[in-house]
Amino acid sequence: MNKPLRRIAIFCGLLVLALLVRDNWLQYVQADKLAEHTMNRRVPIERYAQPRGDIIVDGNPITGSKKVDGDDFKYKRTYKNGPMWSPVTGFASQRIGATQIESIEDRILTGNDDRLFFRRSLDMLTGKKKEGGNVVTTLNAAAQKAAYNGLKGRGKGAVAAIDPETGAILALASTPSYDPSRFAGNTNKEAETFQKLDKDRDKPMLNRALRETYPPGSTFKVVTAAAALEHGLYSDIDSKTRSPLPWVMPDTRTELKNEGPIPCKNATLREALRVSCNTVFGKIGSDLGKDKMRETAEEFGFNEEQFVPVRSNASNFPKEMDKPQTALSSIGQFETAATPLQMAMVTSAIANDGTLMEPYMVRELQAPNLDVVEKHSPKEMGNPLSKENAQKLQDMMQTVVNEGTGTKAKIPGVTVGGKTGTAQHGLNNSKNPYAWFISYAKTDSGSPVAVAVVVEDSNAARDDISGGGLAAPIARDVMKAVLDSKK
Amino acid sequence: MSSSTTHTSTIGAIGAPSRRNTELALLVFAVVIPLFAYMNVGLAISGELPPGMLGYGLGLGLLAGVAHLVVRKFAPYADPLLLPLGTLLNGLGLVVIWRLDQSERLQQLAKASFGAFSPSAPKQLLYSAVGIALFVIVMLFLKDHRVLQRYTYISMVAAIGLLLLPLVPGLGKNIYGAKIWIQVGAFSIQPAEFAKIVIAVFFAGYLMVKRDALALASRRFMGLYLPRGRDLGPILAVWAMSILILVFETDLGTSLLFFGMFVVMLYVATERTSWIVFGLLMSAVGAVTVASFEPHVKVRVDAWLDPFNPDVISATGTDQIAQSLMAFGSGGTLGSGLGQGHSDLIGFAANSDFILATYGEELGLAGVMAILMLYGLIVERGVRTALAARDPFGKLLAVGLSGAFAIQVFVVAGGVMGLIPLTGMTMPFIAYGGSSVIANWALIGVLLRISDTARRPAPSPAPNPDAEMTQVVRP
Repeated sequence: MNKPLRRIAIFCGLLVLALLVRDNWLQYVQADKLAEHTMNRRVPIERYAQPRGDIIVDGNPITGSKKVDGDDFKYKRTYKNGPMWSPVTGFASQRIGATQIESIEDRILTGNDDRLFFRRSLDMLTGKKKEGGNVVTTLNAAAQKAAYNGLKGRGKGAVAAIDPETGAILALASTPSYDPSRFAGNTNKEAETFQKLDKDRDKPMLNRALRETYPPGSTFKVVTAAAALEHGLYSDIDSKTRSPLPWVMPDTRTELKNEGPIPCKNATLREALRVSCNTVFGKIGSDLGKDKMRETAEEFGFNEEQFVPVRSNASNFPKEMDKPQTALSSIGQFETAATPLQMAMVTSAIANDGTLMEPYMVRELQAPNLDVVEKHSPKEMGNPLSKENAQKLQDMMQTVVNEGTGTKAKIPGVTVGGKTGTAQHGLNNSKNPYAWFISYAKTDSGSPVAVAVVVEDSNAARDDISGGGLAAPIARDVMKAVLDSKK
Repeated sequence: MSSSTTHTSTIGAIGAPSRRNTELALLVFAVVIPLFAYMNVGLAISGELPPGMLGYGLGLGLLAGVAHLVVRKFAPYADPLLLPLGTLLNGLGLVVIWRLDQSERLQQLAKASFGAFSPSAPKQLLYSAVGIALFVIVMLFLKDHRVLQRYTYISMVAAIGLLLLPLVPGLGKNIYGAKIWIQVGAFSIQPAEFAKIVIAVFFAGYLMVKRDALALASRRFMGLYLPRGRDLGPILAVWAMSILILVFETDLGTSLLFFGMFVVMLYVATERTSWIVFGLLMSAVGAVTVASFEPHVKVRVDAWLDPFNPDVISATGTDQIAQSLMAFGSGGTLGSGLGQGHSDLIGFAANSDFILATYGEELGLAGVMAILMLYGLIVERGVRTALAARDPFGKLLAVGLSGAFAIQVFVVAGGVMGLIPLTGMTMPFIAYGGSSVIANWALIGVLLRISDTARRPAPSPAPNPDAEMTQVVRP
């Protein structure tokens, strides 16, 4: 009976061997996949087991962490002045997940980033608890406050401000807004709060500065002017253009109308921008044709998503259109649509003598001990127009502020250039128009700020809505805040 | 020439050393290791030494000491490894059950489903004590395992009786879809765990008597030796009955265990490979038949094939397999450390059927491999006992018990690790459950008794009356 016994011994050995092999497969080969499986609750438990790193503006954290009792998740995210900063931070919620910076830089904030590996291993040996790193943003607290407070009194809208010389984003505000602290935890009440916000018709969780595109209206005329100068249609901003009034759009019998009786017949470029002539810029677009117009628009960043590193929707300059549609597109109507960030980029390129810098909002990533893990260096994105042409355009935009539609953006002792826009929207212009204002400020040492403001003010009487009236004061306050903080 | 002065008989009373001191030394390790594990858990969870550490340590030490003294006195030549292995596994089991008692998540779960939470570790210590008591009883009253041969047919009746108990109305208790418990006072018992040992006695006794008939009086049919019905009949009937009962009780693991044990013992008894083929064929037929009319099985196969599929999870009503796999994965090579994992996410069976997942997460690949090797050692010591046994009954009983033990470990660990469909049994010694611990201590007791008989030196021969005559006559 011993021979079958020996075989049984081997069989039992094989059973144990099979278990050993399976265990190696599970705990060695498949371990990472299983450990990071989306269903694995250890991942969120681990994520909220220690305070999350902070998002920092001007050296001060705008986020924090609070200990919660009686839950798997030990710490929850808190936000300082949440509604003001939420377009910058996004949210980190134990129940819902994270968005924007909270999501993109999650590995640094939780301390899981591979670049922190060495440090983490050291901490493990010394028995120190894992800590999250910090995200240092480029934002300017004073500018953000000016932008948010300016918008808050006026209903819906957004502001994007950029440092033209580096591309650093200085302000990014959106109203109505929400406080991400209200649903950072894991309770049903917080989930309900989120649901309510999500379904709100005013879309408080929409980041209008990056994710909403609006018809840019007359502010787009600076792009059309840049196209006219760059493609050599006109070279002198002070000589008369060949612009009839009234002007019937090519291939149609429809006149392109100006807003009121303004002197647009054969107006100079400077004059046309000052009073915002639809006829002059419509004709320029139509004369240049859709391809040249699109080329310039795309050099400014249209038709492309931006990553700052939060994704910004692509602004749109249409590809297929006939001549009258080209004319309409060139004055910021038809299908032309831009995010506030995009219009701030346009302004910043002009203010920076023609060089467009890549916009960004994360200056550096820090390890928990404040060592720099990654530092952003400004990058050139392109040269949509030459230095001379950029300076010509600056000249024109300064005229707009000094003696045109944008006088409300004036700041004593500072050179300011700008452009207003009042964009019609809705079927047959049935809805209240959007008020736009784009501008930059210049000092002796260069241009510290370019800003784009859009206000969707559905409450104001229709006739009161204008870029100059509603949006320009906000832009001025933002610019002033940046200038003051530079002193 | 001087050799002729000694006894001519070569089987002397010298024999194998008893190895009792080896056992004692190993037992010290088997008690100290769980003690350190307690310390580790306490420090990891609350930063201080656990209050019950001394109690559990003393309890485990006392049990091991009593068992050792009984073995030293009543089975001095028994295998020295089996008792320490059982003690170590039992001690580690107590630690991990105690660690899971500390889980707030499981406490809340218990409050939600039963209205109250009561810690499992003290009960497990009590069960372990009862188990050791049964072990001692086996040692004291079973002087020779061959006595069990007398009870072959009584064992058959007893096994079927035990298996039928849960179906008795009023006595049986349905817990989570399996009717395998009976309720006695405050305790619930799984009779199948005890039936395992009793049925091994029956198989061994019957096969020992009938093995020649089974092996030789057979007709050759398509390359297989088919035995006569009257030889195979009774054993087949018992086996089929236990399977059927277990299918009605939806205890698939135990049916698999009984079948495996039956094939192993039949093969050893008849020494015919054709039995393996025959057995595999029967098991295939059985599996397909059961799977076709038993929805319980289909669901488990689905859960095995695609444990992370949300549809499967909603069909089974639990994501235990997925949770178990994630626990193993999260443990990785070295584990998170005792007390620092989240294996309590598995839910209600975390400290019984799924306890191995906690070892996987908190001790990692290294720890689970060590545990599996401990089981492997128990099995191989059991088979070694069978090899050493001098009587066919002892051989069959030892190989049956150790084979059943191996299959149980394989089925449970394989199910928890997703190697085979989950069938629901407990990991011997380490899982929470009274019947399991008690029955397995009895199993170790029987194995020790057989090994004692096997390794015991033959009695010294009677003095040779011729010795005087062959003496060299000195001049």
